Amino acid sequence: MEQKNAPIYEALEKHRLDRIVHFDVPGHKGGRGNKELTEFLGEKCLKVDVNSMKPVDNLNHPVSVIKEAQELAAEAFGAKSCFFIVSGTTAAVQAMVMSACKAGDKIIMPRNVHKSAINALVICGAIPVYINPGINKRLGIALGMSISDIEKAIEENPDAKAILVNNPTYYGICSNLKKIVEIAHKHNMLVLVDEAHGTHFYFGENMPVSAMKAGADMAAVSMHKTGGSLTQSSILLCGENINNDYVRQIIGLTQTTSASYLLLASLDLARKNLSLNGAEIFRRTVELSQYARNEINSLGGYYAFSTEIIDNDAVYDFDITKLSINTRDIGLAGVEVYDILRDDYGIQVEFGDLGNILAIISAGDRGKEIERLISALYEIKRLYSKDPTGMYDLNYIDPDVVYAPQQAFYSSKKPVFIKDSAGMISGEFVMTYPPGIPILAPGERITEEIINYIAYAKEKGSLLMGTQDMNVEKIYVLEE
Amino acid sequence: MELWYTEKHTKNVRYSIKVNKQLVSVESEFQRIDVFDSYEFGRILVLDGYLMLTEKDEFMYHEMITHVPIAVNPDIKDVLVIGAGDGGAIRELTKYDFIEKIDMVEIDKMVIDICRKYIPQTASKLDDERVNIYYEDGLKFVRSKQDKYDLIIVDSTDPFGPGETLFTREFYGNCYKALKEDGILVNQNESPYYPNDAKAMQKAHKIIKSIFAVARVYQAHVPTYPSGHWMFGFASKKYDPVADLKEEWWNSLGIYTRYYNTDLHKGSFAIPNYVKELLGYA
Repeated sequence: MEQKNAPIYEALEKHRLDRIVHFDVPGHKGGRGNKELTEFLGEKCLKVDVNSMKPVDNLNHPVSVIKEAQELAAEAFGAKSCFFIVSGTTAAVQAMVMSACKAGDKIIMPRNVHKSAINALVICGAIPVYINPGINKRLGIALGMSISDIEKAIEENPDAKAILVNNPTYYGICSNLKKIVEIAHKHNMLVLVDEAHGTHFYFGENMPVSAMKAGADMAAVSMHKTGGSLTQSSILLCGENINNDYVRQIIGLTQTTSASYLLLASLDLARKNLSLNGAEIFRRTVELSQYARNEINSLGGYYAFSTEIIDNDAVYDFDITKLSINTRDIGLAGVEVYDILRDDYGIQVEFGDLGNILAIISAGDRGKEIERLISALYEIKRLYSKDPTGMYDLNYIDPDVVYAPQQAFYSSKKPVFIKDSAGMISGEFVMTYPPGIPILAPGERITEEIINYIAYAKEKGSLLMGTQDMNVEKIYVLEE
Repeated sequence: MELWYTEKHTKNVRYSIKVNKQLVSVESEFQRIDVFDSYEFGRILVLDGYLMLTEKDEFMYHEMITHVPIAVNPDIKDVLVIGAGDGGAIRELTKYDFIEKIDMVEIDKMVIDICRKYIPQTASKLDDERVNIYYEDGLKFVRSKQDKYDLIIVDSTDPFGPGETLFTREFYGNCYKALKEDGILVNQNESPYYPNDAKAMQKAHKIIKSIFAVARVYQAHVPTYPSGHWMFGFASKKYDPVADLKEEWWNSLGIYTRYYNTDLHKGSFAIPNYVKELLGYA
């Protein structure tokens, strides 16, 4: 196959030039029906916002250009097959979990997964077996999965159907994926990888091993994060052990039947660009992030961590394109630095948690943006730094899972104030977003420690969500 | 055959100058650089299509960006000039014997090389022994300096393109840190007239005002810039640009200028009402 081809893009270009008369949806008819929107997005964009039809294939039953584009992507990523996803990596993660597990099946996963994974359990009724990811106390971040913990979980749950691995984590931490695959396959378990932040592993040089290379069975890859496609577009990769036709059915349970061709074309062109230029793109990304890391570390007060945290276990490898910066020593929570950067300096970083900020570096950045970030951090230190004593010491809160997420979510529930909820069982999620890793998931017992953590995150300005109560003051708990 | 150079002052306004010939046109790592020879204005430097200077009126701009701060503090010895690859600001500074050191930071070496070759009128003093040229990003240079300069002159291009980092809070904050306790900062502050320029003027002034104890703006007439009405910022940790003007001292130096004088100095801080409104002083 020729990676320089882009079948969906080419079909859309042809379609545009053919000047077909449309008596089908979308009703804006190439933008004529919505002038303000056309002015805003551009006529070219609206002209290719079309519905499924023969010349451009159908995502739910691909037989021509979408099929070819998916095959090209599978080849580029070293997978047996590939599915284009238009409802975010959330949908790709859910498709993995739902393809591997039915109601009542067990799935082994770290507790620091993105909410999309636990959401999938609410939908399909699978039972989580959580692995403590461990915490780096200095940084206040959760780590990867250690092999001994996985072996123990497998021994205690030999009937589990799959292991879900978050690789890399938002912060860039990787687990020993090859070894995990080896152990899992020995016990007839599938390995599903949430690779939302790892598109570049497939194309960059000297990167941590990718899911497909490590022999994993499925991987959800957020092309829009570091791969250059449009927001909300994603891909699901499958290996040899997977029945693709069943996976397509599972995806079809929840995915739209009106897939956006803007998103599909963006996946097609992003894959082409990565295949042809990926090595150079990520070489530049690494160069920029390494430069920024060195400069930020020389400012003092900040710790932009890197491969030195590798311990060959829970931190098996580190993704050096990630620029995670610990802000503790200047006495500010990451989320406080995150807010100052945006409000005072006009710089938006990916997220701030209690101890760190994360800046996403890509080939779209230029030297001068990197200088702005470094200089703004210096200024924030000069103007706002304070004594770090008394800052929250993050601990891994081992969840007491009383009921499976689905059972808890659909139980009879009543609202109580979070501050009064100690000892009760949560019927909802509570998380800060980003990163969207639940502090509480449905079915878990609420403790004083969790209540204090939520209050502290709120005080520092984190955006909390997940509860029905938009102010996140009340929480639905199980009626017992 | 007629050859015209046209700059779009806004989407709907064009300013055209008849050109005798194009002397050079190159694409540097950062921008496109053109030099034209014109009938009306002599040689013209153009970066990315925007007019930077003409031989005929550059003195108005360069005298106002340099002599105003110096007439306020006779003890200026260490000066940092950011941007200014044409050398015009440097030429004015070298008129003062008591200035000991001039660091100049220009991101694009090619601008300097071309000005040396084609516009010696402004570049003539770049080889003065007090001048040290650094080819770096201004923001990067200044963030490693502390308590070092008496005067910083920000002779930037526009808030887009290679000069865009020079319009940010982090840049001016780092300049504050790089200045001594009685330091002065003067900056090219855009124009109040056309809306997009006015927005840049407002933004730069708002940032500088939030950082420095004293922050004022002053104006000059630069005919070949959009609308011809141009602003500069004067910021200081200590000195007021008018109350602290050393009028007699400066006049005793006998510096030859064609635009600047100490009466104009005082008057240039008197700004029109619509500009006051834009800057929130009305």
